[in-house]
Amino acid sequence: MNFISGLAGRAAGLFADSKGPWGAPPPKGGGKGGGKGGGEPPEPPTGPWGNTPPRRGPRDSGPNTVTSLDEFLERNRRRFGGGGGPFGGGGGGGFSPDRSMLTWAVLGFIALWLIFTSSHRIGAEERGVVTLFGRYSSTLTPGFSMTLPAPIARVQKVDVAEIRSIDIGSQNEETLMLTGDQNIIDIAYRVSWSIRDPEQFLFELLTPNDTIRQVAESAMRQVVAQVTLNDAIGLKRGEIEARVRDELQQALDRYDSGVVIRNVSIRQADPPAAVNEAFKDVTAAQQDAESEINKSNAYALQLRQLALGEATAFDKVYEQYRLAPEVTRRRMYYETMERVLRNTEKTIVEAPGVTPYLPLNQMPRAKPQPEPQAKTGGGQ
Amino acid sequence: MIDYFRQNLLLLGIVAFLVLVMLLSSVQTVNETQQGVVTRFGKPVRIVNGFRPGEKFGDRGAGLNAKIPLVESIVWIDKRVRDLDMDVQQVLSTDQRRLEVDAFARYRVVDPLRMYIAARSEDRVEQALKPILGSQLRNELGKRPFASLLSPEREGAMENIRSGLNRIARQYGVEIVDVRIKKADLPTGAPLDSAFARMRTARQQEARSIRAEGAKRAQIIRAEADASAAQIYAASFGKDAAFYDFYRAMKSYEITFVGDPANPIAPTNIIMSPSNEYLKQFEGR
Repeated sequence: MNFISGLAGRAAGLFADSKGPWGAPPPKGGGKGGGKGGGEPPEPPTGPWGNTPPRRGPRDSGPNTVTSLDEFLERNRRRFGGGGGPFGGGGGGGFSPDRSMLTWAVLGFIALWLIFTSSHRIGAEERGVVTLFGRYSSTLTPGFSMTLPAPIARVQKVDVAEIRSIDIGSQNEETLMLTGDQNIIDIAYRVSWSIRDPEQFLFELLTPNDTIRQVAESAMRQVVAQVTLNDAIGLKRGEIEARVRDELQQALDRYDSGVVIRNVSIRQADPPAAVNEAFKDVTAAQQDAESEINKSNAYALQLRQLALGEATAFDKVYEQYRLAPEVTRRRMYYETMERVLRNTEKTIVEAPGVTPYLPLNQMPRAKPQPEPQAKTGGGQ
Repeated sequence: MIDYFRQNLLLLGIVAFLVLVMLLSSVQTVNETQQGVVTRFGKPVRIVNGFRPGEKFGDRGAGLNAKIPLVESIVWIDKRVRDLDMDVQQVLSTDQRRLEVDAFARYRVVDPLRMYIAARSEDRVEQALKPILGSQLRNELGKRPFASLLSPEREGAMENIRSGLNRIARQYGVEIVDVRIKKADLPTGAPLDSAFARMRTARQQEARSIRAEGAKRAQIIRAEADASAAQIYAASFGKDAAFYDFYRAMKSYEITFVGDPANPIAPTNIIMSPSNEYLKQFEGR
């Protein structure tokens, strides 16, 4: 109770410093105190100003004159104000100790306010855009700077080094796009950007992030629609990224967005899931064809080496044969026949009349032709 | 006397307070991002910080601006580039194929007074321009075959749409900075499915042709190898055909009758006549 009344008194003092006659808060505080105190003559707080009755008082000859009000206030204050003292005094007419204390507090607050709102520390990666009553005045560079205090000047710090990124499309969800050859591709990419011009960035674009995203989508669609599916999936990715970046930058410059596109990177460019099997089969076919060719190459290599080997062997023998044809020929003949006849069962039949007694059933695939040499002659 | 003084001071205070309020409400801070139409009892009288192309920040009318309190009030209009996002439109190409197009425009209020008179707020401008953007888009793209619909930027279609929309937007004091197509997709259902089917068959065709190509090349490689082997043989064996015949016969006998551990031969019975060349020495001549 004491505290409330004290506060009221202090508030009164504050106003009473310069605008004593306003006297608005004291009646209020007093009224409150009176209400709570009970026994006092009720002085209802009338309206927000609370002082209209006193002014009208003398003319209406009512009991509520200013004097009585003051007396009433004084009484209240003495009663609740902790023995009058400095607080009560504030309400009455402003004694110096209280006033100076309040003044100092206010001055201190203002000083702190000035210091904190007029000095700015701008980090190395930041720029501070200063506006005076909303009007652009300057841009603070990194370091310590002073501006006018807060309600007048406003500093918006903008990080110009940070690279922000926007991901469009994801692994889980298909982002389908039509390519120039009317095929469909599932694409996911990331746009990295940063702020080049903090003033433009702050003042020219309503929704920078959405703008960049929309324009990026549009630029990507535009570029992809000019290449074939195979190019988009395969080799021309880098070219697509570069073209999208250029297109995006141009469009954003047209909006004076103050944004610089650092990079556009395609994270995924695949055929849609619905047709992926067929695409995999193409890869498989390429592998198949490759392995077929490899096999043929191996065969060719083998055949050639074999031919070279055989031909060289023949040449070597032929060289020797030429030196002594007859002897070599006979030697080779006998040596071969030895080997041929050594491990086979041999029957020597004298006359043609014996032939019917041959046990043909016991000689599967026996050669009726006695002269093997006569039959096989041509090269294989 | 004191009463009178106090009452006077009170009056003075009220007057001072009112004056202060008047003073405060007679200046208005204007942000760089805003432009305002000052109205006097609802009648527009002037523009503050209106858009002028090519201005630098700080040179504009932003900052403190004076107005007559109570009489004048300011309607704020955005000065920045704003987004006009259109609903997805179905576009029918000249070859009767459908495409779902999602486009957007970027605009800026360049004539706030006209905009204020025609529409009052940005939202209402957008409401008014959206259907026009849609119809412009349909008209412009509907003149084209499907193939060129996919990249309308190439043929300046977007520029046509922009200027068409701009003509109408100007009535609202708005300038269209850019019109872009965000998405152009086949409608889901039959068109999309048939596109997938086409892609699938195209891939199957490609796979087949790749396999066939591989088989062809493999065959050629084999044939070439055969030919070059034949050439090597011919060059060597052709030196003496008769000796080759003998030499090869000997090898052949060996392969046929002797075999080797890897390829054992079937058991062989040989019936020979004594007149055989091999046995001619039996006679002991």
